[in-house]
Parts: sequence; C-alpha cells; structure tokens
Amino acid sequence: MIRAAIATVLTLLALPAHAIEIQDVTSPKGIKAWLVQDDSIPFVALDIQFKGGASMDAPEKRGAINLMTALLEEGAGKRDSTQFAQAVEDLGARISFDADDDTLSVGFRALSENRDEAADLLALALTQPRFDESAVQRVRAQVQAVIRSEATDPNSIAAKELARQAWSDHPYATSLNGTEESVAKLTRQDLVAAKNRVLARDRVVVGAAGDISPEELGPLLDRILGGLPEAATAPLPDKAELQLSGGTTVIDWDSPQTVVSFAGPGIAIDDPDYFAAFVANHILGGGGFSSRLMTEVREKRGLTYGVGTALATGLFGQSWQGGMAGGNDTTGQAVDLIRQEWAGMAEGVTEKELTDAKTYLTGEYPLRFDGNGRIASILAGMQLIGFPIDYINTRNDKVEAVTAEDVARVSKRLLDPAQLRFVLVGRPEGVESTD
Amino acid sequence: MRRPTIRPTLMLSSALVLGSALSALAQMPEDVTHFTLPNGLETVVIQDDRAPVVVQMVWYRIGAADEVPGKSGIAHYLEHLMFKGTDKLAPGELSKTVTANGGSDNAFTSWDYTAYFQRIASDRLPLVMEMEADRMANLKISDDDWMAERQVVLAERAQRIDSDPAALFAEEMNAIVYDNHPYGRPIIGWRNEIADLTRQDAIDWYETHYSPNEAILVIAGDVTPEEARRLAEENYGPIPAKGEAEPRIRPQEPTKQTARRISMSDPRVAQPRMTRSVLATERNPGDQKQAAALTVLADLLGGSPQTSVLARELMLTGKALWAGASYDGLSLDPTEFTLSLVPPQGTEPAKAEAALDEVIAKFLKDGVDPEDLERVKTRVRAAQVYAQDSAHARAYDYGQGLATGLSVEDVNDWPDILAAVTADDVMDAAREVLADGGGVTGWLTPEPPAEPAAKSAPPKSDPEPAKAEVQG
Repeated sequence: MIRAAIATVLTLLALPAHAIEIQDVTSPKGIKAWLVQDDSIPFVALDIQFKGGASMDAPEKRGAINLMTALLEEGAGKRDSTQFAQAVEDLGARISFDADDDTLSVGFRALSENRDEAADLLALALTQPRFDESAVQRVRAQVQAVIRSEATDPNSIAAKELARQAWSDHPYATSLNGTEESVAKLTRQDLVAAKNRVLARDRVVVGAAGDISPEELGPLLDRILGGLPEAATAPLPDKAELQLSGGTTVIDWDSPQTVVSFAGPGIAIDDPDYFAAFVANHILGGGGFSSRLMTEVREKRGLTYGVGTALATGLFGQSWQGGMAGGNDTTGQAVDLIRQEWAGMAEGVTEKELTDAKTYLTGEYPLRFDGNGRIASILAGMQLIGFPIDYINTRNDKVEAVTAEDVARVSKRLLDPAQLRFVLVGRPEGVESTD
Repeated sequence: MRRPTIRPTLMLSSALVLGSALSALAQMPEDVTHFTLPNGLETVVIQDDRAPVVVQMVWYRIGAADEVPGKSGIAHYLEHLMFKGTDKLAPGELSKTVTANGGSDNAFTSWDYTAYFQRIASDRLPLVMEMEADRMANLKISDDDWMAERQVVLAERAQRIDSDPAALFAEEMNAIVYDNHPYGRPIIGWRNEIADLTRQDAIDWYETHYSPNEAILVIAGDVTPEEARRLAEENYGPIPAKGEAEPRIRPQEPTKQTARRISMSDPRVAQPRMTRSVLATERNPGDQKQAAALTVLADLLGGSPQTSVLARELMLTGKALWAGASYDGLSLDPTEFTLSLVPPQGTEPAKAEAALDEVIAKFLKDGVDPEDLERVKTRVRAAQVYAQDSAHARAYDYGQGLATGLSVEDVNDWPDILAAVTADDVMDAAREVLADGGGVTGWLTPEPPAEPAAKSAPPKSDPEPAKAEVQG
C-alpha cells in the first residue's frame, strides 16, 4: 500500500518553485537587490553579503577581518557597545554580523513599524564603527579563547590540517580566526584597514524578503549601504588550486574515538558536469540515511553514528569533502570502506539510485523557500555565485537532465581514491601516516 | 505536576469553540486548530501556506526520565529502532521513502518526550502520515537489526559524550543536580547500561508506551485544518489506544540541605569554566507565572553580551571572558536555572567566581532596572512576530508544550504571560534561584586545581550552608 502511494506521487514531483516571484530592485544610488515581497508577516529580512569575506585579510594580518566583523556590533557613532545594542533591542530589531572564507554577511530583521530607524542603526554600524579600545581588547580575548578551544577540539584539528594541506599559501589554508599571536598584534588601524578591504559597494549583494515593496526597498538600500565607499581597497583573492595528495595523515589524540576528515578534487559551479557531481555526491554520501556510505558504514556495520560527504564549492576554490567519527578499534575498517565506496562510484550507479537522487534533489528544492529569512539568504547566495535571476525555474531541469553516464563520467574524473587524502585525529588501531 | 490524562470536555469540541470559550488570556491563533481523536490522539494543525511545505511531528509523552533504573537509554534506543520497519516497511525504508520524495526526517529523544518528524512537499503529507501511523502500531524489530543499532547508539555516545570533556562534565553536573529524580540520568543512557539493552527491552518499551493516547500529532504548513483532520482520522483513527495512559509520577527531588561543588579536569579543556545550577519551577498547566518570571530573569541577567546585567558587570569590565544565565521552563518536573562563567585568561577561577557572586548579591539588593525590563519585553514582542516566519518552529512549540504537560491554551497564553511579568515577579524569581544555597557549582578546568576552588574563594556576603565535595 505504501509503495503504491509512492508510485502515484512520483509522477507529481516536477514541482517548480512557481510561487516565488523575484523582483530585481535598483536603488536611487544604484545598489541592487533581489526581493521576494510577502506582506503576511509585518517584518522584513535582509541578507547582505560582501564578497571576499575573511579571505580579504592582508598578508601578516590574519584574523583582522574576523575580529573587525565581531566588533561591528560593539558600538557605532555616538553609542558605545551597550548603548548600540540597547538601541537595537529598543526597536525589536535583530542585526548580526558574520565572516566566513567567502563573505562577510549581515543579517537584518526589522519590524515594519520601525524599519527605517533599524536601518539607520545598521548603517551606523557599517559606516561608523567605533572599534573602542576596551571593546577591541574584550572581543580579541574572546577570539583568542576560541582559537585555544579549537586547538583542543579534534574536529577543528582535523579540518585545519586538511585545509593546510589543501590550499598552500591561499587564505583558505589557514583559519580565519588567525592565531593567538597574529590576533594579539592587530591594532585599531589594522581593523579600519580590514573594514575598507571588504565593506564596499562594489562587493555587496542583497537578498530581501517580507513586508516591503520594491519602491520602499530602494531607499532602504541607500539608507543602509549608501554611505559605504564605492570600491574596496584590495582586489579579491586569486582562485586557489587544490594541492592535496592522496594518502593518510594520522594526528595522535587521546580519545576513545577517531575523527576522520577526507577530501579530494572538487568541481567549479560553472563546470558542465557540476550537476552530475551534485547528483553523484547525493548517492555517495550526501543523502542522509540513504547514501552508500551511510548504508555501508552505519546501517550495515554500526561503525559510526554518521558519515557524509559534500561538494565544498567556494568562491575561490573547490574540493569534495567528507567526514565521520568512529571508535579507535574500527576506524581503519571504516576508512577502507569509504575508500572503496569512493572508488566504486566510477563503476556507475543504478537507475534506481539515480531516480531516487533526482527525485530527492528536485523535491527538496522548493522546500527551502519557507520563510522570509531563508528566502533572503537564498537570493543573496544566488547573486554571490552569479546565477541568473530565473535560476530557480531552471535549476531542477538541470538536475533532471543528469544521466547515469554523466554520473559515472564525473565520478571517474574526480572520485579517484589515489587522490583522496584522509586526516585522522585520534588513536586509530592499525592505521599509520603514509607520509 | 502530573500529566493530565484525557480531558473529556475538550475531546469533541471544535477548535473554534475552544478558542472562544477557554482562552482566558490569548485567543487561539486564527491559523491554529486543535482536536483530539476518539482514540486519544491529541492533534494540533498550524496552517501556513506561504510555501508548498508541510511538517508532520508525532511526540510521544514518554522519555528518558520515564525509564526504570538499570535500563537507562531505552527511550533513545527505541527511537533508533523505530526506523527498522514494520510489516509494510523494510528496515530504513521510511527514511529512504521520505528522502526519495524530496523530504527530510529525523527523531529526537528528551527526558520528557520522544518525537519523530518529517518535512516534505505538502502533496506528500498523506504518504508520511500513513508511514508514521504504521510504525505507531506495527513496529518490527528483527534479529538482524537490534545489535548493529545498539553499536550505532554506542558510537553516538562515544562521539557526543565520551570524547568531549564538556559533555562528560555536563553529565556529571546533571547527576548531582538531580540526585533523586531521573533527570539525573543521561538521555542517551550510561554506557554500561546501553551495552546491556536487549531487543526484548525495546519491544516492552514500545508495547507499553507507544499508543495514540500517549502521543501528540502536530501538522504545520500548507494544509487546511479540514484536510489534516481527515488524514489524521484516516491514518491514526483506526489505531486502538493501549489502555489508559498512566500518570507520569516520578521520584521528586528532596529539599537540598547543602550546596555542592564538583571539579573535573581534562587536558583537552582549553578554557576553564564554571556552571552553577539550582532547581527551579517549571511551566505548569494554568500556572506559568513563576516560569515566565524565571525566563525574563535569565534574559535580564545573561540574554545579551552587551546589555545584560552579567555582560555589563562582568564582561565589559574584564572580570569574565563570558558570563551567562539560562533557563528553559518546558519540563514536566522541576527544571534548573543555570549561571555560567568563563574567567579571563590568567584570572584565578576563584576570583572570577567571587566577582560573579558579588554581581548576583548586588542584583538581589538593587533589583531590576525598569529600562532593562522594558527592553526584554520589546524583544519578546518582536520575537513573536519573527516566530511566525517558521511553521516548523511553531510546530515545535506546540509539540514540546503538550508533551511536557501543558495545554494548547497554555502555549497560546505564554507570550502574554511573559509580557505581564513585573519587576517584583522577577525579584521573587531571583530569590528562588539565586539566594538559594542548594545549588551545584562545577568547575571544568584544563589542570587539576592546586587546591579546591572552594577553599580559596573569599567569604561571601550571604551565609552559606556547609559544602560537600564530590569529585567528578
């Protein structure tokens, strides 16, 4: 009966995200945004992203952009840290800042009743952050505490080692937090310089969703971003070439478990085989409980609580990554299984695997658009990558067009176990570094 | 507080009548419908048609705190085994079917409940309801699956708890905060007891507790209440209740005679930190005022790294790297109010703790700043607006509330009760949890302390009961 139900619904699956109408808005000062207008809840969500993110750190100033970003909410204009946060709270607004390897992102939610006042506070934070000495000292100490914590966290240790091997002298190779020493040396002047390297109108994309019209959004964009410099003071980083070699790195760590991170060559988002790789990843390790890796390592053998893979496609470089954790006594067996499944993809996938993967990937897509906050993020992300505004309507067709041959071809090209690097943090029995 | 069993007056009423007749404070939101099937399955429907998505959640009113001693972890282990199939569904087929239809699914276990959910395109709702209803009544645990799954649970414990000193420390803290109530046992179970759980234990647990009259169904998203009701009746209606739901009476905590301290050190800890927990009143049906005051108190003390009392007095002054307060009233039995503290690099833990004690003593003496209270309330009001943006989160609020003994009306009333909290209410709540000597203070440090932190701490302004040392 249940299987019968599945058979009937499968035919209905070509759900386009037809309900989503994206408007292309340009402000009086020429700032662009994509908007999905929906007045059912009286607030607006903006996702504002500045390309480059923490990878815009100047040489010798690693950690400056991360620290600067954390300080944007610590006082601006005439308001100190507490006064600024109080002003935001008085409006019931939410403003957040975050930096990652690709972007500096600003989350903004404001009630319709006081949207302009909230926008003025955000503008103040972006254009006149104070970087008060007391705030710098306090936040610097917090960042240094994070750095120390990561140094004793096996997941961070594994991720950092893999990044170090993968990206050589590109910013991707080191932690955006910097080191305790590099952060200790940062001055207020460094923070101002860091801000000017990344917060500029030529680097920004904006996604907006909620209770606002295009006519209202234009002036709001100018209100928030109009005071920023026209251009950033440094060019975007070069594309990074993956430097990984195949093999195994074991880092000794006293724990009952071994944390395993692994990576091999990835694929650019504009590569003709990107969607084939996207489908292949789902079958190999992206698809939760139904993936090949979860089936072999968890479901059949109970060797882990979870194992997964992802296409790590960044703005400046890409890899194909995965991770798991398992007992020290069985990690060797799990690693062998991962290597075997990694290689096995080149031998092809079954029609059922292909169909199931495509049904999931196309069916899941429209589910992402359920809320102003999520829609604003998706719209910003699309612009960041450079997708056309009608991408939402064509994306599922690209998934549907992938054939079993495409999956085998891209797997053969990229999923080469000889190029797969494992980093193991723990005391895995019978596994040793190969170099 | 005991879980009310079946409320006959509510059973046959329509949501409309409920909304107007029973809501003393808040009206039933227009998009929320509430009804109970004749077999006792309480159902909440939240309509949100902004996207073609729906979430189904089934919450069982059974959790780790309902386990018998010696069988810790059985509630969570059964949660894993619920994915192992029925007569109609092969092991893993439910998740695979959901995935193949573009959806996602998972489950979670707490002390008070075990819940299962799927998020999927709204035209697929009948499919997931059919499968969820099927495993409510017809679970099969084959000989092939139960031992491998026990290994998975042990691997989960190893990953989440055993290899993380902070998690081990939290487990020890918990065992001391609750030395009589089963909240003192870890949800996932003690390792030695998980290793001895059997297929029969799981079957017994399922047979005893998985019944429509011990469950709550929440459907949220792009579905009309009429359609949701029809599907609920069709899929869950035929499942008979397994007898009367038993009241959930658990051993309660006795009055504490002493404050207690623990310390644990582990070289993998980068940053010393302190946690202080004290038992606190939870949200109870028709009686949520004290819990609301505690919620506001936690927010005033530690809700913001720039504006809260602890932030201004400790973080901005350099006396703490980080300080916070937390409280969650959604709990069947009394819960805890917790203060946390991370000293600045190079500051003696005892000195940082003394600074925290001073701030708390000062707060108890000076009372609430009215502007602070006003800001917290503005945040609460705004949060209500933003909360409308996620049907999934709203489903969670109703499910968790009902699973911890509240009514739909209690859940609806909560924002208004929060908004009505006065400065006096907050200070009453503060005296309940901050002036009490029965708390547990724990330090997690990289190195064993040269001498017990308690002895090097300067005398406090409040008289203190004797301390019992318990090494973690």
